[in-house]
Amino acid sequence: MGTQLRFMPEQASTIAADVDHLLYFFLAVSIFFTLLIFGAIFYFAIRYRRRSPNELPAAEHTGLALEIVWSVIPFGLTMIMFGWGASIFFKESRPPDNAMQIYVVGKQWMWKLQHMEGQREINELHIPINRPVRLTMTSEDVIHSFFVPDFRTKQDVVPGRYTTTWFEATKPGKYHLFCAEYCGTKHSGMIGWVYAMEPQDYAEWLAGGPTGSMADAGARLFDDLACGNCHKTDTNGRCPNLVGVFGSTVRLAGGGTVRADEAYIRESILDPDAKVVEGYQPLMPTFQGQITEEGVVQLIEYIKSLSPKPGTLIQQNGPLVPSSEPAAAGASPGQLPSGNQ
Amino acid sequence: MATAAITAERETYLNSAYGLKSWLLTKDHKRIAVLYFITISIFFAIGGTFAGLIRLELLTPEGDLVSSETYNKLFTMHGVIMVFFFLIPSIPATLGNFFLPMMIGARDLAFPRINLLSWYLLIAGGAFAIFAMVAGGVDTGWTFYTPYSTSYSTTYVIATALGIFIAGFSSILTGLNFVVTVHRMRAPGMTWFRLPLFVWSHYATSLIQVLGTPVIAVTLFLVLCERLFHLGIFDPALGGDPVLFQHLFWFYSHPAVYIMVLPGMAVISEIVSTFSRKPVYGYAFVAFSSMAIAVIGFLVWGHHLFVSGQSLYAGLVFSFLSYFVAIPSAVKVFNWTATLYRGSISYDTPMLYAFGFIGLFTIGGLTGLFVASLGMDVHVTDTYFVIAHFHYVMVGGTIMAYLGGVHYWWPKMTGRMYPEGFAKLSALVIFIGFNLTFFPQFILGYLGMPRRYHEYSQEFQLLHVLSSAGASVLAVGYIMPAIYFLWSLRYGPVAGANPWGASGLEWRTPSPPPTHNFDRIPVVTFDAYDYSTVIPTEVNDVGH
Amino acid sequence: MDTSSTHLETGAAHEAETLALREQFDTEEQQRDAATLGMWVFLITEILFFGGAFLAYTIYRSSYPAVFGLASSSLNLPIGATNTCVLLLSSFTMVMAVRAGQLGQRKAIIIFLIITMFFGLAFLGIKAYEWTEKFEEHHVPALSNFFLEGTSLQGQAKIFFSLYFAMTGLHALHMVVGVGILLFIIWKTSQGTYSPEYYTPIDIAGLYWHFVDLVWIFLFPLFYLIDRHLPR
Repeated sequence: MGTQLRFMPEQASTIAADVDHLLYFFLAVSIFFTLLIFGAIFYFAIRYRRRSPNELPAAEHTGLALEIVWSVIPFGLTMIMFGWGASIFFKESRPPDNAMQIYVVGKQWMWKLQHMEGQREINELHIPINRPVRLTMTSEDVIHSFFVPDFRTKQDVVPGRYTTTWFEATKPGKYHLFCAEYCGTKHSGMIGWVYAMEPQDYAEWLAGGPTGSMADAGARLFDDLACGNCHKTDTNGRCPNLVGVFGSTVRLAGGGTVRADEAYIRESILDPDAKVVEGYQPLMPTFQGQITEEGVVQLIEYIKSLSPKPGTLIQQNGPLVPSSEPAAAGASPGQLPSGNQ
Repeated sequence: MATAAITAERETYLNSAYGLKSWLLTKDHKRIAVLYFITISIFFAIGGTFAGLIRLELLTPEGDLVSSETYNKLFTMHGVIMVFFFLIPSIPATLGNFFLPMMIGARDLAFPRINLLSWYLLIAGGAFAIFAMVAGGVDTGWTFYTPYSTSYSTTYVIATALGIFIAGFSSILTGLNFVVTVHRMRAPGMTWFRLPLFVWSHYATSLIQVLGTPVIAVTLFLVLCERLFHLGIFDPALGGDPVLFQHLFWFYSHPAVYIMVLPGMAVISEIVSTFSRKPVYGYAFVAFSSMAIAVIGFLVWGHHLFVSGQSLYAGLVFSFLSYFVAIPSAVKVFNWTATLYRGSISYDTPMLYAFGFIGLFTIGGLTGLFVASLGMDVHVTDTYFVIAHFHYVMVGGTIMAYLGGVHYWWPKMTGRMYPEGFAKLSALVIFIGFNLTFFPQFILGYLGMPRRYHEYSQEFQLLHVLSSAGASVLAVGYIMPAIYFLWSLRYGPVAGANPWGASGLEWRTPSPPPTHNFDRIPVVTFDAYDYSTVIPTEVNDVGH
Repeated sequence: MDTSSTHLETGAAHEAETLALREQFDTEEQQRDAATLGMWVFLITEILFFGGAFLAYTIYRSSYPAVFGLASSSLNLPIGATNTCVLLLSSFTMVMAVRAGQLGQRKAIIIFLIITMFFGLAFLGIKAYEWTEKFEEHHVPALSNFFLEGTSLQGQAKIFFSLYFAMTGLHALHMVVGVGILLFIIWKTSQGTYSPEYYTPIDIAGLYWHFVDLVWIFLFPLFYLIDRHLPR
C-alpha cells in the first residue's frame, strides 16, 4: 500500500495557503450545519417518537420569521463564500507584470514546455521558487487541463486559443503535474513533474541547456519560412513591419482595431485574412499545417523580442540571460500604423 | 374498504388483463410505471456493474484489471447509463407516473398514449446505447466534450449520442404530460395549494424537462452532424469553439441535476410528513423552493466552466448566481427537519431512507458550496472532490429518495408488504456503504487525484482501497431490496389501503388500485397532509 | 373509450364527438384544453430546440461577420424568397382548413389541407433543388472540394455552411413530419372523425404547422438577408 494517509496536499505556492484558508472556512460552516441537521434529526426522532399507534400531533403553522431566518443567514454565509472565492480567483487570474513566461503545448498524451531561454522540456517543468511564472498554453488536438495540486493551479488548455494561468512556487521540491481534462486513452498517463528550485540551482539548470533563446529559435523559423521577404524591417515591404508591433494597437482594414497580443499573432499566422492591417492587401498565405503550435509560440517570442518595452517579459530575465537588451529598432513603438503581415 | 379482507375478486390494475400484450400496449399510467420500473432496474444493474468494475480496477495504482481503453469506456458507459437511463427517468417515470395522477384525483395522465410512447422511446434510446456498448463501447465520458467526441474518439459515439437524443424525447414527453396533467386534470376541489408537495416538485421537474432537454437534444444533433456528415460547428481547426459546446451542454446538464434531485425531494416531503403524521412545515416555502430551484437552475450552468477559458466576469456572474440555488435547497432541508419537531415519528423503512437522504443531501449540498466558489473550484474541479460531491447528491440524494419512495409506495403498488427487518438492515447497509465509498473521495479530490484516471499515483491508494471496500458494501445493500421485493410479491403480508396512515388521495383507494384509480373521482375538501381525515388500515397478514 | 352512443340520430359527426372523449377526461372542454396546452408546451420545447442552434449561429455570426456576410451573399436569394412565399401561403391555407373545421365543412377541410400539404411538398422540393445546387457550387462542408470564393478563411465558411445545412435540415425534417401529420388529419377527416364540436386535432396540427413556418421566417433573414451586400 502507498505511503501514509495524508489529508492535505502540500502548500507549495503563494496561492495555496489562501485556498486552504478558504477550505477551512467552508469546512467549519459545513461541519456546523451537518451537525446541526444530523443532531436535530436524531434529537427529534427520539424525543418525538410515536408512542401510541393512533396519536395525532397538532399541525404547526408556518413561522414566517423562522423561514426568513433560515433563508437569510445561509444567504449571508454564501455571499461571504462568493466574495472570498472570487477574490482568490482574481488573484489567480491576474499574473503579475514581472512574471517569467513559459509556453505550454498539450497534445495527446504529453506536455511540451518551452522556456524563453530556449530550453524545451517534455512532461517536466523546471522553475525557480519565489518568482511568478506565467503559463501561456494551447493544445494541438483535444482539450487538456494543466493541474498542479500542490500549487492549487488548474487551467484548461484549449485547441485554437491561448489560455493563461500563473503561480509562484514557495518551496523547492518535486510536484505532480496532471492533465485534469479527460483527453482520451492515455489521459491518466499525461502526467509529469514540476521541479521547483532555488534560484541558483535553476540558473545552473538553465545553463546546462542549449544555447539560443526561444526568440532565436523563432528568428530561425522566421528565416526558414521566408517571412522576411515580405515583412521587412522598414516600411517598404508588402506586409507590415513587425518591429514594435507586439502589445500595440493595430488598425484594421475595414475599420476597427485589435490589440496585438499572442492570440492575434497566432491568428495572423494561421488565418492571415481574418484581421488584415489597414493599408495592406490580404496577400499572405496561411501557415496552417506547415508550422506546429510550438513553432507558432517561437515566432511569437521572436516578434515580441522586436518590441522590447519597459516592463515586458524580456528584460527581466536580466541576471540569467545576458544577451537580451537590444533596444535596437523599437525606439518608437506604436507610432506608425504597424501590424502583422 | 378499511377492514374488508382483500379478495382475489376485486379488479385491480394488475389483474384487469393478462398477457404480455396487455402490458406492452397498455395506456394505464400505473402499468406504464411498472414497465419503467422494470426497465430502469435493469439499467441500474448495468450501470452499477460498470461502477463495480471501475472500483475494482482502482484498488491498485497500476492499470492491471482492464486496459486504458476499457477503463475509459467503463466510466463513460457508467455515466451515460446512470444519468440518462436511470437517474433522469428514475423517480418521475416510475413513482411520478404512478402516483401523480392519483394524488390529484385523476383517472390517468392527460395523454396516456404519449405516456406509453415515452416508454418506448426510452427503450429505443436504451437499445442504441446498449448496442454501442456491445459493439465496442464509447469512451468520450458522459459529457461528450468536443473536439474529442467529434474528431478524435474512434468509438461508438454516434450510436450512444443517438440513444441519448431519443431518450431525451422520452423525458420531454413525460414532462409535457405532467405539466398538462397538473394544469388540467385535478379533481374537483384540488386547488394548487392543496396539491401534495410531491406534485409541486414534479411540476417543477417537468418544466426543466420541457425547457432544458431540447437544448441538449440539438447540441447532440450538432455533434452527430459533425461526426456523421463531417459538418464543422465546434471544430477548432475551422475556427469553431469547443467551449461553445460546453455552454450548450451544461445549459441542459446542470438543470438536469435538478431533474434528478427535485423528484427525490418530492418523495422526501411525502415520507417525512407521513411518518411524522404532520403537515410538512412551511408548505408554501417548500413548494415555491421547488419552483425557485427550477428557475435559478437555468442560470448557473457556467459554473462548470470556471477553468475552461470563459471570461473572468462570466465566472464571477455564474459563481454569484450559483449561490442563489443553495438557498431554496437549504430551505427545504430546514423545513423537513422542522416537520419532525413535535411530530409523531415512526421508524419505518421509508423514514430511515428519508433521514439518510436529508443527511447525505446536506453534505452533498454543502460541498456544492465549495465548488461554486471560484477560488476553491479551480483546485477541486475535475478531481474526485467533484465526483464525491455529485454522488452525494445523485446517489446519496436521489437514489436514497428513490428507494425510500419504492418502500413507501410498494404496498400501494403491489398490495404486499416487504419484510421490515431486512428492509431496515438494507437501509443501514446502504448508508454505511455509501459513506465509506464516497467520503474518502472528498479527501482524494482535495489531495489532487484527477477524475477519469485509469492509473494513479501510489500515495492515493489507501483512500481508493477504502472507497472500493465501501462500494462492495454498497453493492450488498442494493442487492438486498431486489431480493426481498421479489420475495414479497408472492409471500409478503397483504397490505391494506393505507398501511402507513398517510393522507394523500392515493391512500384513499384500495391497494393495488383499480384501473381507473378511484371507484369514484374524489371531491377534495381538505388540505394536503390533513391527518385528521385519515383512517389507517392494519397490515393484513392473512392471505397469500 | 367507446361505450354506446348510437342514440344520437344526427349522424356521424355527433357520434364521433362522443366517441372522441377519452376515458381520462370528464368533459370535452377539459380534453380540448389539455390537447391545446399540450401542443403549446411542445412548441415551447421546440423553440428551445431550435434556440440552441440559433444561439450557435448568433455567436459565430458575431465572431466571423465578414465571412458570414460573404457566404450569405452566395445563397440563392430568389429561391429562398420563393420558399418563404410558399410557406406563407401554406399557413394561409392551413388557417382556412382550421376555419373549415370549425364550421364542420368536411370537404373544405380536405381541400385546404391538401393544398397546404402541396405547398409543404413544394417547399421541400425547392429546398432539395437548392441543396443540390450547393453540391455543384462546392459549398458542401463535408466534401473535400469545398470552396467559397472570395476568402481564404475556408474554415469559417465551412462553419457557415455547416450551420446552414444543420438548421435548414432540421427545419426540413420538421416539414416532413408536418406533411405526415397533415396526411393523417386528411385521412381522419375523410373518416368523418371531426365535427364543429371536435376539431382539436386540426387545430393543434395547425399550431404545429404555423410554428414550423415561423422557424423559417427566422431562418430566411438570418441566412439569406443579413449583410447580403457586403463588399467582397
